[in-house]
Amino acid sequence: MRTKEDPLVPTIPTGVPGERLRSVASGPDAFGWWGMWGLIATESLLFGSLLASYFYLRFRAGAGAWPPAGIHKPELILPLVMSAILWSSSIPVHIADQGIRRGRQAVARFGLLAGFLLGATFLGIQALVEYPKILKEFHPSTNAYGSMFFTITGFHGFHVVVGLLISLWAQMRAWQGAFDEHRHVTIQNFAMYWHFVDVVWVGVLFTVYLSPHL
Amino acid sequence: MATVTTAPLEALEESWYEPPGLISWFTTVDHKRIGMKYLVTALVFFVFGGIESLIIRAQLAGPNLHVVNPEAYNQLFSMHGVTMMFLFATPVLSGFGNFFVPLMIGARDMAFPRLNAFGYWVFLAAGIFLYSAFLIGHAPDAGWFNYTPLSDAKFAPGINIDFYALGLVFVAISTTVGAINFIVTILKMRAPGMSINRIPIFVWGELAMSFAVVFALPPLTVACVLLELQRRFGFHFFDAGSGGDPLLWQHLFWIFGHPEVYIIVLPALGVVSAIIPTFVRRRMVGYTWIVVAEMATALIGFGVWTHHMFTTGLPQIALSFVSLVSFMITIPSGVQIFAWVATLVAGRPVLKTPMLFVIGFILVFVLGGLSGVMFAAIPFDAQVHDTYFVVAHFHYVMVGAVIFPLFGALYYWLPKMTGKMMDERWGKVSFWTIFVGFNLAFFPMHIAGILGQPRRTYTYPGGLGWAVPNLISSVGSFLLAAGILITFVNWAWSLCRGAAAPNDPWGGDTLEWATSSPPPEYNFETVPTVRSLEPVWDQPELRDGAQPPEKGGRILLGGHLTLSTSMLDGRPRAVVAMPHATAWPLVATVGLLFGFWGVVFGAYLLAGAGALLFAASMVGWYWPKGETQEG
Repeated sequence: MRTKEDPLVPTIPTGVPGERLRSVASGPDAFGWWGMWGLIATESLLFGSLLASYFYLRFRAGAGAWPPAGIHKPELILPLVMSAILWSSSIPVHIADQGIRRGRQAVARFGLLAGFLLGATFLGIQALVEYPKILKEFHPSTNAYGSMFFTITGFHGFHVVVGLLISLWAQMRAWQGAFDEHRHVTIQNFAMYWHFVDVVWVGVLFTVYLSPHL
Repeated sequence: MATVTTAPLEALEESWYEPPGLISWFTTVDHKRIGMKYLVTALVFFVFGGIESLIIRAQLAGPNLHVVNPEAYNQLFSMHGVTMMFLFATPVLSGFGNFFVPLMIGARDMAFPRLNAFGYWVFLAAGIFLYSAFLIGHAPDAGWFNYTPLSDAKFAPGINIDFYALGLVFVAISTTVGAINFIVTILKMRAPGMSINRIPIFVWGELAMSFAVVFALPPLTVACVLLELQRRFGFHFFDAGSGGDPLLWQHLFWIFGHPEVYIIVLPALGVVSAIIPTFVRRRMVGYTWIVVAEMATALIGFGVWTHHMFTTGLPQIALSFVSLVSFMITIPSGVQIFAWVATLVAGRPVLKTPMLFVIGFILVFVLGGLSGVMFAAIPFDAQVHDTYFVVAHFHYVMVGAVIFPLFGALYYWLPKMTGKMMDERWGKVSFWTIFVGFNLAFFPMHIAGILGQPRRTYTYPGGLGWAVPNLISSVGSFLLAAGILITFVNWAWSLCRGAAAPNDPWGGDTLEWATSSPPPEYNFETVPTVRSLEPVWDQPELRDGAQPPEKGGRILLGGHLTLSTSMLDGRPRAVVAMPHATAWPLVATVGLLFGFWGVVFGAYLLAGAGALLFAASMVGWYWPKGETQEG
């Protein structure tokens, strides 16, 4: 981010007399930052298409038929607890992202670790507590409502799994000391992806859990 | 050349060296070789799709023929559509884009070279995946848009449609990563001085196409995933009996499907805007208007999907809106056509082969556009829906707007890519054969359609007035194939006997003509500083192959380096180290291919093994190597 006058930033000569340019980049000067925005854009449309399909089927089903007879409206306490856990995981990830920009290794390492643990807790509750409970009432193949519920939440869960895998990689590199105040695109990109997965959960929570109550 | 002494040039060559030989084609990350692979592979699929269409035309040449059996016929027309849309028209222009976008913007590679290689391999693997269905006799057979409930497990019990659903998800991965790569390359890697008002129109076309891909492909991916879940695991999305709705498929498909038309056409229109200035010896009329029109086309294209669904019983008010937007989208197309015509009139056209193809394109595209406007009128659309009139229309638009610019581009750019000139005389013979064959093949379909011939039918009885137009179509299609073959032979001939191509055989205006033919691995000895929309015309120092440092040429020694510049005004921001040749993208793709095969055959162990191989290759891909920037 700093200008090329900053003596600590590595630079190299470009061949134009007297000119040197930074040889490391982060933020909008790094290609990876733009690539991650591209991924987020296209993934947003994936989730958008899924949520739109949910509402399409809901409104085609008509009033009172969503959820269909025999299925209760979704319980709210557990999803809200899960939401709190997932959203709070963004805080340590953000702290890690900010910390490494100042070269603070320990902040980065433990911030990533805390984010990982919170994300894993969310996933554990979803897979071990929530799903078994709901499967007693309906399955993905019971009807379109059940298919939509498990497809949307499962698709989000898959993104959490991918995020956790990227986190493991970033943590390994952080403990190897690969990052400093100039080189940290991996953490930056992981943080962007992780926040995206958390923001998407707002849409999932509203659509799948809250909207049937409206 | 004189301005750069030999020693730095050797250092540059060493940094960008890729070993020669067969193996290196599997590991290369050079955008030019990847672009070449895209082009050749897509043309091979073009030949496959073409052979399928010739069999279809043989079957339809007369009433009550039985050249192939009906099941094979269904597979042939479905795979003809899938091949031409996903394995030919989209990737073939990515081939030119890959080769020429970095050259035109003065960069040394694409932003993500390994992702670029990955995108190519996934495209190839998805093609192999889809065509492997033919080998076992179960190719997709429900048409290229695969409507439910016909494509549901109940009515299509074989694994044909599973190949379709998974194959399209597979190829979407390739198209999406390619598009993101184009966007970042075009926004961040332009030569210093190339502010957004100096971006060549072809590059704008690739940018507009890439944005459309990023936003249009997800609905298709979702549709295919939902369909596969329903077919394989008994989920319910498209079956009315369990709360689903078959129209959901049509909505999702066409939200993708209509922008897909522009995904294919926009780069082709860019090709036209690249060729015209060179051969009329003047700059384009209305540069800004053309760029705005391209962007508007990409945007409005998202608002018209339900005009494919006028006959499905949607509410009148929604249809009227879509009808209006469908009329609206003719405006940006019209703007571009008038700008091209104005440039032709204002300049002095030189009728070389690329220019002939461009003029042929304008004629054909206007005809296709005229029948397109007719569909925007709902009563007319209801009359000809699902008839050969529709087939005639979209072949005029798709074949007209892809084949003609594509072949113009082959004659225009192959000398730069291979270093060999193609033969002009045979080029002109090829053009006229294609032009006559094309119109003979597709114009009579308008008439057959108005006479009521439905599309996708296996055969037809005599005495309905369909026999004559169908016979003419069939003859025309073989003539079209002959014209295409002439160009392929011309290409092969040029590789063996063609005259060596100079740096700038046509007197072009954009940066690709400032370097040698074919260009060196590092593209330009010095990354040029650009001071004009037509740099090669306005900056004479560029024509010598290297801009000297005192004019702003940056040699960037000391590694595999390129520049990162600011998005709007192209100011240099940083020097970025690029990755070297690697096999991991190929290994990752092999993992995906086995993963997809595992799912389609229900061999979940194989699918798991493929997923593991993919994960392992990701570790290998990102494993720190010390030479590139970490972080």
